[in-house]
Amino acid sequence: MKAAPPAYGLVAEFASDQLLVDAARRARGAGYRYIDAYAPFSVEGLSDALGFRGDRVALITLVGGILGGIGAYFLQWYTAVIDYPINAGGRPLHSWPAFIPATFEMTVLGAALAAFFGMLILNGLPRLVHPIFNMPDFDLASRNRFFLCIEARDPRFDPGETRAFLDSLEPMRIAEVEAR
Amino acid sequence: MTPATAIPAGPVDESRLPVLKGVYSYASISDKISDIVLTRPTHWGWIAGFALCSALLLLFIASIAWLFHKGVGIWGVDIPVAWAFAITNFVWWVGIGHAGTFISAFLLLLRQKWRTSINRFAEAMTIFAVAMAGLMPILHLGRPWFFYWLTPYPDIMNVWPQWRSPLVWDIFAIGTYIIVSILFWYMGLIPDLATLRDRADGRVKQIVYGLGALGWRGEARQWRRFDTAYLLMAGLATPLVISVHSVVSLDFAIGNTPGWHSTIFPPYFVAGALFSGFAMALTISIPLRAVFGLKDFITARHLDNIAKLMLVCGLLVAYSYLVEIFMAFYSGDEFDQAMVLNRMRGPYAPLYWTAIACNVVLPQALWLKRVRLSVPVLFALSLAVNVGMWLERFVIIVVSLHRDFVPSSWGMFYPTFWDWAILVGSLGTFGWLFLMFVRFLPAISIAEMRKLTLEKREGG
Repeated sequence: MKAAPPAYGLVAEFASDQLLVDAARRARGAGYRYIDAYAPFSVEGLSDALGFRGDRVALITLVGGILGGIGAYFLQWYTAVIDYPINAGGRPLHSWPAFIPATFEMTVLGAALAAFFGMLILNGLPRLVHPIFNMPDFDLASRNRFFLCIEARDPRFDPGETRAFLDSLEPMRIAEVEAR
Repeated sequence: MTPATAIPAGPVDESRLPVLKGVYSYASISDKISDIVLTRPTHWGWIAGFALCSALLLLFIASIAWLFHKGVGIWGVDIPVAWAFAITNFVWWVGIGHAGTFISAFLLLLRQKWRTSINRFAEAMTIFAVAMAGLMPILHLGRPWFFYWLTPYPDIMNVWPQWRSPLVWDIFAIGTYIIVSILFWYMGLIPDLATLRDRADGRVKQIVYGLGALGWRGEARQWRRFDTAYLLMAGLATPLVISVHSVVSLDFAIGNTPGWHSTIFPPYFVAGALFSGFAMALTISIPLRAVFGLKDFITARHLDNIAKLMLVCGLLVAYSYLVEIFMAFYSGDEFDQAMVLNRMRGPYAPLYWTAIACNVVLPQALWLKRVRLSVPVLFALSLAVNVGMWLERFVIIVVSLHRDFVPSSWGMFYPTFWDWAILVGSLGTFGWLFLMFVRFLPAISIAEMRKLTLEKREGG
């Protein structure tokens, strides 16, 4: 015997970015906490309306840059002073000004790799399969439509009440999305 | 009052020279750009260009194969001129890449809205140009299969790279540059690949673009982290691009050859790099907008702005030329003086004067608005600057080497067929990669253009 597939959430479709921001703000005001908003471009104020703060990408980037720089300087110092010292015209082995270019480049590289992969990992990407893709016409989320999803795991989620709440936002349509 | 609103709109008349022409909605702008890749039949201009570039790509591969078989003796290089075409090509190609990073990173940090429709292909230009550049020193190595000896790795010979050598700095600079450029470009592509995934009709296209999009959903938190990471990458790429051509210039400036041993080299090379890069951006964007019908997105305003930037960089380059000449005489160094006079009157003088004409004299026409708004003239000027900047590097490298300190060791460099084949072949390969890019990936950032249509509608 198979149970009906569990719901992932209720999704409402909007025509503009401002409607979506308002809807997100009101959904949060109504006490919902597991809200997702999907937009074809980066809408200003949308993540704030969802109560999202501190994306941590900057911190990860800083750490990556510091690690890259320290690693590169240490490598140069270790190889030039300890492991493979060469007397080049009596110059000091620890000739730090000559170590700066590679240190700088590796700082940038470390930070850039951290920014890129940090962004991907925090965003949970790559993830090719996601319940939201079950939403009919969700392909428009990358074109000209704006979607607000209230997830079923939200403590305040109730199929009837949440649908009524979404209805009050006057979306273009509402659909229930299955969890798989 | 925020600083952004305190700045006046400037002398540019937005109604006469708009960043985006016509009326577009999110849907129509998405469709217009993605249809180039997905549905629009291939333009004859693309096919003709692709055929030509494919032939040159084959020539490039054949020349490399012959080079690896016979060695660098197939080129005209010898003592005293052991650096010639390959290194000239290297500096020229890296320089071209720099304008792409300038457009995508500097202008993002400066909140220049006109960058939006040109940053994607400018970044692609960077990647392909740096790829060509990165090949050149490797081809130039006598034993190219040992190129990885430049990198620090624990080998059984217990040898480490010489960290005081600019050639080692170079591999770090170029390596970092190409990796960061690819990450920056790909990151910007992710939301657009999602658009292509959602709009593609064939299964194969959906899977290929879908894999590239990594499952991007456009969720608000994803966008937020994406924006932060993108801005940080721009902030990182900005000093990086300056460091890269500075390091390239140190390859020369740290040597004591007359004409190389000069402290002005790092800023001089960075200005020259941007100069040639803006020229290449014009050379590419003018046919691109014609062939793909993108004149609404790459408008006269863009060409005008790139032309202005080209003029500024050209003036910096001209100033550097003057300083070089002045310093040779002011310093009292007779070898430097001989080098300057040899450039002007020696056996390579016609190349020097052609470079001066292309880089200093002709670009002065860009002071005139009529010239900046005339597409054919701009295209011709951009070609002239490309040629001039290649010649400038040739003059710096070959003319300095062919007559250094001891007259008994002077010599001449004459290019062979294979020298030309590598240069022309790399141009063809660059063009081939670029044509593939515009056919299979969105040449304009769709997600950012949606935002631009929004701002235009709101009058922002």
